[in-house]
Amino acid sequence: MSVIPDGRLADLSPGDFARYSRHLILPEVGLEGQRRLKAARVLVVGTGGLGAPLALYLAAAGVGTLGLIDFDTVETSNLQRQIIHSTRDVDRPKVASARDRVLGINPDARVITHDTRLTSENALEILGGYDIVADGTDNFPTRYLVNDAAVLLGIPVVYGSIFQFEGQASVFYAREGPCYRCLYPAPPPPGLVPSCGEGGVLGVLPGIIGCIQANEVIKLIVGAAARGGETLIGRLLLLDAWRMQFRTLTLEKDPDCPICGARPTIHTLVDYAEFCGLTRATEETPVEEITARELKTRLDRGEPIQLIDIREPHERAIFQFAGAKAIPFGQLMRRKDEFDPDHDAVFICKIGQRSIHAIRALRDAGYAGRMLNLKDGSNAWARDVAPHLPQY
Amino acid sequence: MSITIQIPSALRAFTDRKPEIAVEGKTVREAIGALADAYPDIRPHLFDASGALRAFVNIYVAGKNIRHADGIETVLPDGEILALVPAIAGGAGQ
Ligand SMILES: [Zn+2]
Repeated sequence: MSVIPDGRLADLSPGDFARYSRHLILPEVGLEGQRRLKAARVLVVGTGGLGAPLALYLAAAGVGTLGLIDFDTVETSNLQRQIIHSTRDVDRPKVASARDRVLGINPDARVITHDTRLTSENALEILGGYDIVADGTDNFPTRYLVNDAAVLLGIPVVYGSIFQFEGQASVFYAREGPCYRCLYPAPPPPGLVPSCGEGGVLGVLPGIIGCIQANEVIKLIVGAAARGGETLIGRLLLLDAWRMQFRTLTLEKDPDCPICGARPTIHTLVDYAEFCGLTRATEETPVEEITARELKTRLDRGEPIQLIDIREPHERAIFQFAGAKAIPFGQLMRRKDEFDPDHDAVFICKIGQRSIHAIRALRDAGYAGRMLNLKDGSNAWARDVAPHLPQY
Repeated sequence: MSITIQIPSALRAFTDRKPEIAVEGKTVREAIGALADAYPDIRPHLFDASGALRAFVNIYVAGKNIRHADGIETVLPDGEILALVPAIAGGAGQ
């Protein structure tokens, strides 16, 4: 079954026959499949690493209407993997840059840009204009938001996610199989899992996973399941690109799923920042901060401050933080006796996020000394105090 | 009973970057417990404060989610491979 009903098949123009010749002579796609592709409306959420190959290949394949949603602008550090953007696009809105490339490949594509953040307020309206959502976002709140909105609207989510050199792909389509909540009923507490901005990502990886997503989108549109194909509905594809191993795990629908189960308790979109624990309980003791300039002043005065660099060894190779004791994040519990609770300890990571979690974890583990978080991390030190050091 | 636990990259920071760890255990509880004993920094990522398995980590044994078997008490045959499959969110990113 295609997600595009027979009544919506679009007519091909004379030029389309030449452009899509290699699809038309493929029996599993053929004229009917190409007409469905032309009629299809696909929303690509995020025009970053995953969204880049998704949008490029879907445009090339003849998807008639492509929605692009992103609120970000192109940064130099994006270019290592977000191949839809070019060096000259730095500082442009990502959706504008992506739109230019998409139309360059296929001027007949109808491109709808949403230069905004997807929220609980606008998600149903935006997603409601599409047949399929391809999810290439980079955070848990948006992933749950996309899932819930798609379940409520009855449309499939073609899911992809990456971290370092591992990727996941699936199709979450509650009408025919499990949804994202069936697999992951709750997100990790904030800070527990580092983001790609902190953990890094192999540049090619989103290209591979994004292409797998594009393949699934096309299969849903042409109705591969009725033509001897199999989609990723009910399966989770895992890729370890470093060891080059693909594995497929079976996913089952959770009968107690709060949104797609037998007795759903979620009937409307919720506050996903709160659901993901990003709005912290007010009674929780806040983590004390110190700016790079304040730290410099105190160090210059000769105060006995313990500097704890929790970055990984390969990050310290980019630059060493002078006078700091190196204890990677993943070894803090084992080595917490190496701190002196009588002196202030300043925790240093790349952007000041992992260090917040480190302080909370040590506090939970009973460490009684005063702990301060270097605000915005080693990048702030390089920016404000030591400009000869690189920000990365 | 020797069990191989596959460590995803999101959790390798807590296992000295090792992708696989061999442990002893007759059930998932014993195997995961042995892992957390050997690498205590991974414990908060696998268990919450009450000692329950966290919902963002799925555990697969022989290709099957233990939630659809006997959960954390699922019995492990000698030589079995146990895969940790945590939620990851990367995609667009800075
Ligand atoms: Zn569900």
